[in-house]
Amino acid sequence: MESSMNTRRVISVIVLNESSVLARITALFAGRGYNIESLTVAPIPESDMSHITIATNGSARVMEQITKQLHKLIPIYKVIEHEEMVEKEMVLIKFPIEEHLSDIGALCSAYNGGIVNVGKEMIIAMVADEPKRIKHFIEAAGRYNPCEIVRGGVVAIER
Amino acid sequence: MQMSGAQMVCEAITAEGVTTVFGYPGGAIMHVYDEVYKQNGFKHILNRHEQASVHAADGYARATGDVGVAMVTSGPGFTNAVTGLATAYMDSIPLVVISGQVPSQLIGTDGFQEIDAVGISRPCTKHNFLVRSLEELPRVLKEAFYIARSGRPGPVLVDIPKDITVDIGEFVYPDSVDIPTYKPTYKGNKRQIEKAVEAIKKAKKPLLYLGGGIVLSNASDLVRALAKKTQIPAVETLMARGVLGAKNPLLLGMLGMHGNYSSNMAMSETDLVISLGARFDDRVTGKLSEFAKYADIIHVDIDAANIGKLVDVDYPIVGDITEVVEAMLPQLDGIDTDRFEAWRNILARYDELHPQSYVDSDEVIKPQWAIERIGELIGEDAIITSDVGQHQMWAAQHYPFDRPRQWINSGGLGTMGFGFPAALGAKMAFPDKTVINITGDGSILMNMQELVTAAEYKIPVINLILNNHFLGMVRQWQTFFYEKRYAETDLSFQPNWKALAEACGGIGYDVTTKDEFDAAVKDAIAQDKVCFMNVIVNRFEDVLPMVPSGGALFNMMLPQKVEEPKETK
Repeated sequence: MESSMNTRRVISVIVLNESSVLARITALFAGRGYNIESLTVAPIPESDMSHITIATNGSARVMEQITKQLHKLIPIYKVIEHEEMVEKEMVLIKFPIEEHLSDIGALCSAYNGGIVNVGKEMIIAMVADEPKRIKHFIEAAGRYNPCEIVRGGVVAIER
Repeated sequence: MQMSGAQMVCEAITAEGVTTVFGYPGGAIMHVYDEVYKQNGFKHILNRHEQASVHAADGYARATGDVGVAMVTSGPGFTNAVTGLATAYMDSIPLVVISGQVPSQLIGTDGFQEIDAVGISRPCTKHNFLVRSLEELPRVLKEAFYIARSGRPGPVLVDIPKDITVDIGEFVYPDSVDIPTYKPTYKGNKRQIEKAVEAIKKAKKPLLYLGGGIVLSNASDLVRALAKKTQIPAVETLMARGVLGAKNPLLLGMLGMHGNYSSNMAMSETDLVISLGARFDDRVTGKLSEFAKYADIIHVDIDAANIGKLVDVDYPIVGDITEVVEAMLPQLDGIDTDRFEAWRNILARYDELHPQSYVDSDEVIKPQWAIERIGELIGEDAIITSDVGQHQMWAAQHYPFDRPRQWINSGGLGTMGFGFPAALGAKMAFPDKTVINITGDGSILMNMQELVTAAEYKIPVINLILNNHFLGMVRQWQTFFYEKRYAETDLSFQPNWKALAEACGGIGYDVTTKDEFDAAVKDAIAQDKVCFMNVIVNRFEDVLPMVPSGGALFNMMLPQKVEEPKETK
């Protein structure tokens, strides 16, 4: 039964840095009915490649298809399905200035983050941690009336 | 050498050895056409619709195994070509389609005849390019041909903005291609091949499941040798007709929704499926949980994504059929062929029990008879193309295909209107062969404008219209599954076929009897003109056997038994 169970997976895709390569990937997911939970892209330093991290979910057969179908795209160099990895996600949250600066600061430091900007009307906090802990952090931050939350998507690296 | 982008396109096509290009000019591709006018490296055929241009290039590619080339303009020119691209994509046919695009500076401004061609064609091409600069054009053209024909073949679109076709620059056509991200696997894993061979030796009821990949890999002779050496019975998919040859005693027939009884039963009872270049399409497998239920599966495919996509595979081998079968053959020396004799006998009994048959008639022409008759009259010498529907299935069931690339049809996408333009492409490649498009009164109208093309260029292809005054396949489903409510399938209103063909510069034949049929075929072959042969056939004839959609392969609706042995076909 394991093969039909939906599991969350993180895939790294190394691609040639050329126009429309991201469109090819997202079109593949859309066209074949695969899920994208989050997706991040950035160039790999000192190369003509980019690193794309995709968090997705599906059965074992779907996961295998995702990897194989991605690999078929011409500008894709490598597809890595992570087993053992370090996974991090970043989140930025904006709070009204009326909230307690020190409480928010303490909460952020509990999640490896901190306050990154304080203006006349708002406080901006940043946290980078495992996706599950980010979820908890956002829940905890709820009591300070956050006015905006921006999540960065998952990045991962093989252990 | 200094030249314009337009000239580079023509030079590249010539350098790739393409002899015939199909296309249709328009604003954005005019500079290229200006160079087409001046060159003599290839012949250009002006189809009367861009869809037909791509199908014709596709027919040329399927008949020869080389890359087919079509040229279209931007906007509607390109969108008309999309069905052609999708047809080729689903059947893995190597094509390069050149489309014009609005000038670079106009892209994204909703310019006249602008459409996002690479965006639209992404899911129906193997790869596509929007050319960004003149400097990259020679490399892009080289890569396009390389990608189209290598690995699992497929269509490639090259979209060229008009300004780039005007610009002049240095042209050096690359000798080779190096795409670091694209390295197809040709050689199968040695260990996996050994394991597969062991499984073949141990099997009691093995079955060769032959697919279109064998044709694409030009591996028919090797596969024939494999069958001969092992004496393992074989079934062919729609796309593999001709691989083993109709006369081969090991060939059971075609399997699937309209497969014959022994083929479908063989697949249901086998203990080892040896799948070569087939992809377990739903029209082949029927209900997946019942498909080859008792079998281990060897799956050889050049596309890793096909392996394990629909069925669990015990012996996956990623590689080119030619390479893999070449590696297998010596390892099968001394295989005990008697081992499979009991299995062959069982299957022979199945075939005796329910042969691929139909009840012939003297009052009305049966479509199956017409196809068998063509086989008797021309047989091996013909190239048969087809459209999509009942006639396609009857052709696949009843024509005696003797060699690969003799049978050209749209299997994956099922594109009505494919057959006529594809026949033009095949005839351009093989002018000495008789090319017959087996079609229906529905399909033929979907690209009938090609009568004009065929007449203008004197491409004498025969359109054998099996006319039942219905969209027959849909009508058949309505009979079986929709309580005979014939919603929009009655084609009783018909053109005057003979007059239509003649109006466009061709010949028409109206055929209602067997004698007229023979006379019309003989006359049509002798003529150097395109023709419409309107053959009135039995109206309510069904394609049988039939596995209802989603049903198990062994649950077939079977044809009526032929009573008198002399009428058995």
